[in-house]
Amino acid sequence: MIRMEPEKARAAHSSLTAQRVRSAWLFLGPMLLVLAAAAGWPLARTVYFSFTDASLADLDARQWVGFGNYFSVFSMPSGRVLYDGLLVDPVWWRAVWNTARFAVISVTCETILGMIVALVLNAKFPGRGIVRAAILIPWAIPTIVSAKMWQWMLNDQFGIINVVLLNLGLTSAKIAWTANADTAMAAILVVDIWKTTPFMALLILAALQMLPREIIEVARLDGANPWQIFWRVTLPLIRPAVMVAVIFRALDALRIFDLIYVLTPNNVHTKSMSVFARENLFEFDKFAYGSAASTLLFLILALLTIAYIRIGRISLDGGR
Amino acid sequence: MWMLKRTAFTLLVGAIVFVAVFPFYYAIVTSLKSGTDLFRADLWPTTVSLANYRNVLTEGSFVRNLINSLFVSGAVVALSLLLGVTSAYALARIRFRGRSALLFTILSVSMFPQVALLAGLFELVRMFGLYNSLFALIFSYMIFTLPFTVWVLTTFVRDLPVEVEEAAILDGATPWIIITQVFLPLMWPALATTGLLAFIGAWNEFLFALTFTSNNAQRTVPVAIALLSGNSQFEIPWGNIMAASVIVTAPLVVLVLIFQRKIVSGLTAGGVKG
Repeated sequence: MIRMEPEKARAAHSSLTAQRVRSAWLFLGPMLLVLAAAAGWPLARTVYFSFTDASLADLDARQWVGFGNYFSVFSMPSGRVLYDGLLVDPVWWRAVWNTARFAVISVTCETILGMIVALVLNAKFPGRGIVRAAILIPWAIPTIVSAKMWQWMLNDQFGIINVVLLNLGLTSAKIAWTANADTAMAAILVVDIWKTTPFMALLILAALQMLPREIIEVARLDGANPWQIFWRVTLPLIRPAVMVAVIFRALDALRIFDLIYVLTPNNVHTKSMSVFARENLFEFDKFAYGSAASTLLFLILALLTIAYIRIGRISLDGGR
Repeated sequence: MWMLKRTAFTLLVGAIVFVAVFPFYYAIVTSLKSGTDLFRADLWPTTVSLANYRNVLTEGSFVRNLINSLFVSGAVVALSLLLGVTSAYALARIRFRGRSALLFTILSVSMFPQVALLAGLFELVRMFGLYNSLFALIFSYMIFTLPFTVWVLTTFVRDLPVEVEEAAILDGATPWIIITQVFLPLMWPALATTGLLAFIGAWNEFLFALTFTSNNAQRTVPVAIALLSGNSQFEIPWGNIMAASVIVTAPLVVLVLIFQRKIVSGLTAGGVKG
């Protein structure tokens, strides 16, 4: 047992605390520096570029143009007034619409299907371990590889999906799934849902397994049927966990790039905000315009995140 | 009635497994076909040929791309774990002002859309002469591996008993000694999980790899596969693409199946608790 005078003890304690706080900042320093250099600074530069006329060929020869990339008004000598900029660009709004539609449909389907898979995996049956391993496979496959695998299965001439549908008599002709205006988005959705439902299912399953069994047991003894138990007991209890999973997935879906870029290249019906931004940055030589699109995408995601956290009152501070 | 339910459940389970596994299975089947067999939609290979694998591994730069991916992913894992462990200790065990604000900032970085950083990163990468270099990828991948690693390791360290550290403090151990001698040996499960997830993230990344590299010798495998093309625009080498896809995916699938419990706990720590 160590004995000390109270003042001495306090002094020793506070010097120890000071030493620990100093070392905390020493430990955090490198990590914060990397994050600032790799995330903070580039973000600030992207926003800055969006207010200039920088071009890819020469980033340094740029001039401040204010909000010109977002919105500008020209008065023609003829008296006609023209509007220009991202906010009146139909291609941009098309990309916003594509992304929003994609995010809403994919996250909704993934939540419902993920819930079903999670409920199945939460039941006890022989071979449960194998099923859980099997659903991890789509999650483990790189997005680009999934895109290529499905592109091959959806191939208009030789794809197995067309062959099967034709043989079953469900379609009368081979369909160019990834090229058709009507089916391209559906193809994207199918691949994304296939790939990300496992993630949803595992998160929901983890929430289900943390539920105390007694509550379900009590409800069953009270004569509630499984349907009632799910809606009245299980769902309200796992709702917070599901909400967090939905937010993570929604943020992911809103920044989708890889799958669309590879599965349906140059297709206006699927082009997302991220694809639009990158195209302008590096393919169309409109670096500043692409920066403006990137900035808007960032703003949209930031506002949505804040709104979500506020409305859902989800604790993200790591406390429990 | 009971039989009916039982059958319906079994059918549902069967459907889930089939949908999950079939695309990968079909990629393997396709990769084993050659010549005109490719264009017949068989459910199993009638004749097995390794020609596609030979093509991919001997022609072109795919082996180089594999090495690039391994190097980048390995470096990303090592760096994020090193920075993650020390930060996690500071964030979980030391009380200081601004700690929760800091945690919140780190978490919000992981929600940045990668595209929003692209223009600024491109300037930075060119400024330091890192364009078309693997170091540009290692640096930029920190954006998505580091916040996640720090977050998961912090929750893990916070759950360790206080006593292990207090004994060391009484012995006069410095924080660095505490981390390396006391915490590190206890942290292996969390390190394995976060390391594996960071590896998968880096291995699969596409946008930065596509933008910051410009020739085959510097590309990583996702970009190489996306850009794999035949002699003409209309002749897509599906056999080679599927062989490359299987080569890239098989190790991941094996890793994931071995570590499935750890991965699930890592995902939930990063997702549900986060």
